[in-house]
Amino acid sequence: MIATPYRLPAGGRLDRDDAIGFSLDGRPMSGFRGDTLASALLANGVMLVGRSFKYHRPRGFLSAGIEEPNGLFTLGEGQCTEPNVAGTVTELVEGLSARRQNGWPSVEFDLMSINWLIAPLLAAGFYYKTFMGPTRGAWMFYEPLIRRAAGLGRGVHQRDPDRYQTRHAFTEVLVIGAGLAGLTAALAAGRAGARVVLVEQDTLLGGGLLLEDAAGPAEDWRRRVEAELQSLPNVDILTRTTALGLYDGGTVALVERRDHLQPDSACGEARQIVTTLRARAIVYATGATERPLIFPNNDRPGVMLAAAVRGYLNRFAVGLAKRAVVTTNNDSAYATAFDLARHGVAVTVVDQRNAVRRELENKAKALKIELRTDATVIDVLGTKRVTGVVLGSTSGEAQLSKSDCDLVCMSGGWSPTVHLTAHGGIKPHYRSDIAAFVPGGYAEGQFGAGALTGSFAVAAAIREGMDAGRTAAARSGHDARASELAPPVLDSTGYGIESICHLPRKRNGKAFVDFQNDVTVKDLTIAHQEGYQSVEHLKRYTTLGMGTDQGKTSNINALVIEAQSRGVDISGATTTTFRPPFTPVSFGALSGRSVGKDFRPTRRSPLHDWHLAHGGELIQAGPWMRAWWYRWAGSTAQSAYIEEMRLVRTGVGLADASTLGKIDVQGPDAAEFLDRIYANNFSKLQIGKARYGVMLADDGTVFDDGTTTRLGETRYFMTTTTAQAGEVMSWIEFLLQTAWTDLKVHVTSITDEWAAMAVAGPRARAALELALPGEDLSDSKLPYMGCLEIKIEGVPLRLIRLSFSGELAFEVYVPADHAVALWEHILSSASPLDIKPYGLEAVASLRIEKGHVAGLELDHRNTLDDLGLGRMASETKAYVGRELRQRPMLHAPQRWSLVGIECLEPGKTLRGGSILFAGTDKIEGHGRGYITSVTWSTELNKFIALGLYQGGLQHAGEDIVCAYPLKAEQVKARIVAPMFIDPKGERLRA
Amino acid sequence: MLRIACPLCGERDYTEFRYGGDADKRRPLHGTADLKAWDDYVFVFDNPKGPHREFWQHVVGCRQWLILERDTATNAVGVCELARALANAREDSRR
Repeated sequence: MIATPYRLPAGGRLDRDDAIGFSLDGRPMSGFRGDTLASALLANGVMLVGRSFKYHRPRGFLSAGIEEPNGLFTLGEGQCTEPNVAGTVTELVEGLSARRQNGWPSVEFDLMSINWLIAPLLAAGFYYKTFMGPTRGAWMFYEPLIRRAAGLGRGVHQRDPDRYQTRHAFTEVLVIGAGLAGLTAALAAGRAGARVVLVEQDTLLGGGLLLEDAAGPAEDWRRRVEAELQSLPNVDILTRTTALGLYDGGTVALVERRDHLQPDSACGEARQIVTTLRARAIVYATGATERPLIFPNNDRPGVMLAAAVRGYLNRFAVGLAKRAVVTTNNDSAYATAFDLARHGVAVTVVDQRNAVRRELENKAKALKIELRTDATVIDVLGTKRVTGVVLGSTSGEAQLSKSDCDLVCMSGGWSPTVHLTAHGGIKPHYRSDIAAFVPGGYAEGQFGAGALTGSFAVAAAIREGMDAGRTAAARSGHDARASELAPPVLDSTGYGIESICHLPRKRNGKAFVDFQNDVTVKDLTIAHQEGYQSVEHLKRYTTLGMGTDQGKTSNINALVIEAQSRGVDISGATTTTFRPPFTPVSFGALSGRSVGKDFRPTRRSPLHDWHLAHGGELIQAGPWMRAWWYRWAGSTAQSAYIEEMRLVRTGVGLADASTLGKIDVQGPDAAEFLDRIYANNFSKLQIGKARYGVMLADDGTVFDDGTTTRLGETRYFMTTTTAQAGEVMSWIEFLLQTAWTDLKVHVTSITDEWAAMAVAGPRARAALELALPGEDLSDSKLPYMGCLEIKIEGVPLRLIRLSFSGELAFEVYVPADHAVALWEHILSSASPLDIKPYGLEAVASLRIEKGHVAGLELDHRNTLDDLGLGRMASETKAYVGRELRQRPMLHAPQRWSLVGIECLEPGKTLRGGSILFAGTDKIEGHGRGYITSVTWSTELNKFIALGLYQGGLQHAGEDIVCAYPLKAEQVKARIVAPMFIDPKGERLRA
Repeated sequence: MLRIACPLCGERDYTEFRYGGDADKRRPLHGTADLKAWDDYVFVFDNPKGPHREFWQHVVGCRQWLILERDTATNAVGVCELARALANAREDSRR
């Protein structure tokens, strides 16, 4: 058994039959089930838990909860490493490995603590003043060094093997916090029959009740209420669960920690679960956080918050001291003093107030506690552990006295935990009677109860909890008659704070306000002197409240000091903005299962599996996985696509075009509808014919293109680009549902229902004739831009003679279920013609040779005229975008418009994105345009490109320079017409 | 999370919807040749703080375009109706 010198022989809420082994910096230690890492370390005698952020000062635990600024650890090993976790909220589990942070070579002996010697240099604004401004370059050099010297734990660059899960849930009443008020609220709503979710970040229910003696009457009450809640089937209790943020519509993000279950990711068990919970009513019972007092060297290990000391004593049975000084400005700390005295600790109470209530005074006397009023701690002695304090009087600089002690408990009052109530934008307001900020109000259907509202008394917490629980349940129609709940018997000391103010001391030694970020009173004074007076400026200049604890112990004290510096009343002050998350949350939990291949949904063509099984290499294109190139054509994309292009130009190839957007347009007004959304005419299109169409946006720029085929008098088959399919569908639904409701048209997306494949090349007709024997596919029956609807073995096919490649080509549409069968049928029946599949890279390259524009050219900034399509626009009808297309600037001669580009330097490469300059230009700045698409041309044996160029084809024949600064390349090229093959279109009409 | 009560599908997370702008702007009648009217419609927007009527489409639900009352300052949502129903009612009153 490993010795735990500070563990009391009895008491606490621990399972002493269940010993747990863990390690600190590799040293084995021992604790019990029910311990936190912090309580177990303290029981093992570890007071020094880290070095401070900037000055590398030795630090111990300040608190016992989520507000902990000092005791941050790196947990786990290897891939499971998790830095900056507060030991005070880490449940002790078997085998836990913890390391202390920010000390080199070790926290015990830290060479970096020489920063202390240059401390005057490290005050607020030091980094900025020294390294930014005129010597900006220096920052680039020093930053990595500074970041290494300052800082917290470090993460690892390895994949986290743990599993994280997300889920969605609903409830009628959500109660956040399971202290007195929260337990009561959950009970009231639960008894009324409402669906209740009670969340508590701790492992146990009880909140502040857990600070009470584990053998006392409060414990009976806590167990009784918990038992009743657990007996109610309509109440869900979630412990180890933090409400991270409050969002619109009563939505709450919860994170549940499950390390105590030792989840096995291989079996699919989640380490953490994030729940998006939608609640019809919310009761905030989030309690309050104790504030430190500010005095020189208030950060020494052994200076702790008073209630935390009481918690370590009563909940975790850790006796921290033989002689304790309890210093306070309110009554609450007396509870700690009394409990310490009862455990035989010699206690001195140092109360800043002039007088205390007689009742407390008598009780202190009975417990042999030395009580000093009008007194305050003005210095702390000891470095790695408190050895004593120097005391003075509050009112003046009377004689100082020294008092030996090994523990200082401090209480600067309590700050209600208003964070969640403020996430929706409701600013907290200051109540001077309790010297604290309380919620400034609640959104509809939301309520507060207990210490959060500033009601620190037991009876008030119960009453408010009851009221809030009942009102919340009533919102869902549950009969909320009053039910009784007697308050627990507590040895309550009351609160009795008078005011909070910072007492300036003429004493050396840093007085810390923000422990985690090493912000002292002096830093705040400097910031004030330099004009950073708004709390938001103060925060950013000093980094106060910007640590992982988000200033839970420091913000209010800083506001008080700032108000005093400005000579204004604190009641007019505002807090900084509270934002989610309430406490730190891992990226793993937030991303849940949306990692790797599941990062976002993937769309697959019905031919996906075929491509994979037959040498197809895939590429991601938006949400789609598409066949990029095939192994038959080469071993790299660069060589294969050229081979595939050659196949289409000289033989016949088959390409998967299933990703095209497909829309079925039906109704008596279908023709009128298409005339409105396309710039060119569709009502005069003959049945059985297809037409290329271009849509404009309302602002007159090109929106999308595609072909639309007239299948009947009132029925059209529209295709869109792959990328814009969803946008086009939403757009036409918008027009039909909000503006053109008189048109009798119905549109249906059939993108997923129909597969598409292109049969392209000089032998395309021959290939299809082999695949569809008996069908007349001659030029007279199925001319260019013709459509044929046929059936093969009962399956409907749509053959449309379209060409994207510029060759003789057919697009074949087939219901998706039959895509693989048809694809394989075409390949096998046309195998005598050496038909092969070709992929997206070849598709995109063939169209560049032909000069067809695609997504890279349609950038939502160019017009029909920019793309050389101006003559397509109808002169005789209205269409979307017609009016704003007439804007004069859209017809300026110097607009960037579509050109072809031919490489003039054999052996050099044109690159997409290259900046274009005229031959005489100096190569700098944004140039006159850029390359949008580039390919090797198998026909011309050189690199060719499409691009946008200022003035466009007015410059045809001129030499230009294509600059690619990222690779310091400049290539000579020439502007040509954007059609590199078959300008008369003889091939596609063959 | 904003929750939108779709008249056809019930109350859903806003992530099922897409936003479509100010619903009180009247689209000029199709074919209106008035450049100014189109310019106002496409480019000139109010940016109100407070009550706002706006288009939302239930993209992964019924695909209907809706008109939702939402307070831009508090994100409180009010009545949500089918845009088609409102447009038809407007047509009827014009007749």
